[in-house]
Amino acid sequence: MDFVNQLQRKFIDYSSSLHREGIVDDQFTQLRKLEDENSPHFVMEVASLFFEDCEKLINNMAIALEQKQGVDFKQIDECIHQLKGSSSSIGAMRVKNACIAFRSFSDAQNREGCLRCLQQLSHEYSLLKNKLQTLFLLEQQIVAAGGSIPRVH
Amino acid sequence: MEVAGEVLASESQLHVLAVDDSHVDRKVIEKLLKISSCKVTTVESGARALQFLGLDEEKGSLGFNGLKVNLIITDYSMPGMTGYELLKKIKRSSTFREIPVVIMSSENILTRIDSCLEEGAEEFLVKPVKLSDVKRVMNDCIMRGETEGNKRRRVDKRKFEDDNHASSSSSSSSSSIPSSPSSPLPSSPSTAATSSPLHSLKRAKLRDHN
Repeated sequence: MDFVNQLQRKFIDYSSSLHREGIVDDQFTQLRKLEDENSPHFVMEVASLFFEDCEKLINNMAIALEQKQGVDFKQIDECIHQLKGSSSSIGAMRVKNACIAFRSFSDAQNREGCLRCLQQLSHEYSLLKNKLQTLFLLEQQIVAAGGSIPRVH
Repeated sequence: MEVAGEVLASESQLHVLAVDDSHVDRKVIEKLLKISSCKVTTVESGARALQFLGLDEEKGSLGFNGLKVNLIITDYSMPGMTGYELLKKIKRSSTFREIPVVIMSSENILTRIDSCLEEGAEEFLVKPVKLSDVKRVMNDCIMRGETEGNKRRRVDKRKFEDDNHASSSSSSSSSSIPSSPSSPLPSSPSTAATSSPLHSLKRAKLRDHN
């Protein structure tokens, strides 16, 4: 029981740090509140979809920016819009902010600026993915040890 | 009590059709709607939504699985057909125009909101959508359905009774469903959307939300 409490404590602390560091915002908390006994892994499932989206969009943008015959900034803008939308829906605040910064360089059709932004975006995405996977691992450990995941109220 | 019984017997759960090209957003809106006790069908585009409704064949608002659609909630910016275009198609259809349509958008642009309301959208939700938004929309939808039902019943009553009692206004007197003070929508959507006091009322609601 002590071990479970330790894990739960760790989970709560780690969750708080994600908020403090701005990795996730209130929307993430809102999604947490939707979890219950019937769908205990809802946030994890949404996060998986988000990771898929992110990887696809970042990849598409990298390819678009590499086009020697001219960059299709309209396509880049469309990718940014989609990524901004889904990061906002899951509460991935730093990824969302990176998208907002990216948009201004895309609007200005500044290829160099876009390449820098894409790098920044990839960095924020990796950070988010690592941190969330750590959090989800903690969740799984708690459940495996017979405990329940501390719920937000 | 009679009203509540009839509402519950005829539609034990409201069936919502949710339209969004984002997989993440579809998953989230589906969850929000299920928590709000709705049956949900999600589709990824306006074209799919029309297919589901059977709009091409004008067979009535039965989906493939025979479930009547009580509400459509759609994203605004989608490739191909936008939510706005979908809204117009639905409101211009004699079969489907009565289905309330709610628009969701990540962008809080007044001209966009106004054009959607003018085309007959019930509400305009700014993303990310929260549970309180969905609950409010469903509550408005139930209240709207209830007042429509009461109108019909009052008309029927007059056929059998010479009683002027039926023409008295309050629809909430026989209801056991708590009426929401924040639900100012009149019962006929087609006239409501074009009147400017309603626009400013809805805009005020949106401002409070922000």
